[in-house]
Amino acid sequence: MNSIKISIINFNKYRFLLYELVKKNIKLKYRRSYLGILWTLLEPLMTMIVLSVVFGVFFGRDDKQWPVYILTGRLLFSFFSSGTKSALRSINGNASMIRKVYVPKYMYVLANIISNFVTFALSLIVLVVVAAVLDVKPTVYMLEAIVPLFILFIITSGTSLILATLNVFFRDIDYIWQVGSMLISYTCAIFYPVDRLFKNGYGFVFDFNPVYMCIHNFRNTILYGKPLDMQYTLVSFGIGLLLMAVGVLMFYKKQDKFILYL
Amino acid sequence: MKKDVTVKVSGVSMRFNLSQEKVDNLKEYVIKFVTKKIRFNEFWALRDVSFEIHKGERLGVLGLNGSGKSTLLKIVSGVLKPTEGKVETRGKVAPLLELGAGFTPEYTGRENIYLYGAMLGYSKELIDEKFDEIVDFSELGEFIDVPIKNYSSGMKARLGFSVATIVEPDILILDEVLSVGDKKFKRKSERKVMSMFNKGVTVLFVSHSLEQVNRICDKAIILDGGHIVAKGNVEKVSKIYKNMTE
Repeated sequence: MNSIKISIINFNKYRFLLYELVKKNIKLKYRRSYLGILWTLLEPLMTMIVLSVVFGVFFGRDDKQWPVYILTGRLLFSFFSSGTKSALRSINGNASMIRKVYVPKYMYVLANIISNFVTFALSLIVLVVVAAVLDVKPTVYMLEAIVPLFILFIITSGTSLILATLNVFFRDIDYIWQVGSMLISYTCAIFYPVDRLFKNGYGFVFDFNPVYMCIHNFRNTILYGKPLDMQYTLVSFGIGLLLMAVGVLMFYKKQDKFILYL
Repeated sequence: MKKDVTVKVSGVSMRFNLSQEKVDNLKEYVIKFVTKKIRFNEFWALRDVSFEIHKGERLGVLGLNGSGKSTLLKIVSGVLKPTEGKVETRGKVAPLLELGAGFTPEYTGRENIYLYGAMLGYSKELIDEKFDEIVDFSELGEFIDVPIKNYSSGMKARLGFSVATIVEPDILILDEVLSVGDKKFKRKSERKVMSMFNKGVTVLFVSHSLEQVNRICDKAIILDGGHIVAKGNVEKVSKIYKNMTE
């Protein structure tokens, strides 16, 4: 009980640092580019157009709302993927600071996830505009979209803590995760409809992918005007909590050793 | 901890694993694990170090290179966690170690003041309030809006010193920092540190220079191979140190 209290006091003390680190990540990402923060809107819009042309037009789909399908999948996946990728390097990347000044080390991991979440939230503007242009009908279920986003945030945080801890001791994790996140991206049904896989008997891959479950639920509420799939919600939330528990435990147990390996 | 004790170091030991080759990738780790070749070459940088500093005391830490001085400072400032033993501190600790090491090169001086201040645990309000004072003291003038990567090392150190000394700490940890910048700034920074002394700050000071330790500290310890070999009044200890080094 006492240690929880100390953690909260400590978090409060360094809240401003968290804010500064988030700001730094976002600022430096777009510094020296002419369009700056506008890229958070342009980049997903442009990839959406490319993917829609390739996997829509070339494959002969005449589904008017296909770009919204792609955009929802891509936005959520890229939050997960860029969040984990940058958080995984956050301990090694801030080595010079960690070696000199004491701050709670999870701040570096958390700051990377939050800054990616902020740019993700900004890029939702693109989704709103594209959805409006392509006649997606607003429903009350859209309010439920916050649930899969929250779960995705937990999944990303847990995964990041695990990866960041491992990466201090084994620099290979960076490369392994490049392949790992590619694998996850292909099983997220970003640019293909899921029924094909179910028809061929490979539908089970989705039962192992909590990121896909979040994307599916997000599409339900935004694109299809349906409520959340309860099973997917519970399973993805459960996996998220499990990842978070493992991540926090690993990070907490190993964080005092980080400095010896940086 | 007794009331007037501000730093209490009890039974602190620090072990490093100096493996001949650093294993930081999986392949090597597996190969070495299978062939049982992970050799841990243990090195104890500190062995059972204990001391107390009372409020307002200024403790000098003497010792040759590699005697564990910097490790001790890093442990007291919280950067390193000791393998054994524990450190208790009372009040705000300001470590002036390797000034400006926490700066972000692409950031301007102004942005770095906020980021570095946040790392030291300052609030936004405090930095807002002291901002002009920091810029003034660092003598950076209009360079404050130039990215730090274009600064000279002296300019960086000046800014680092100015940010780190803006709060009035209860415990000041100094690692030969009184040699920052040019002669003029050195005098200025020394005056600033001295003025903190007068306000009753507790000091932990590491130096090779016996003359500096004599001038600043009232107590001293000597570290040798990670052990404390002498502690007590600065006059007594510095005599021992003189005999050791000559």
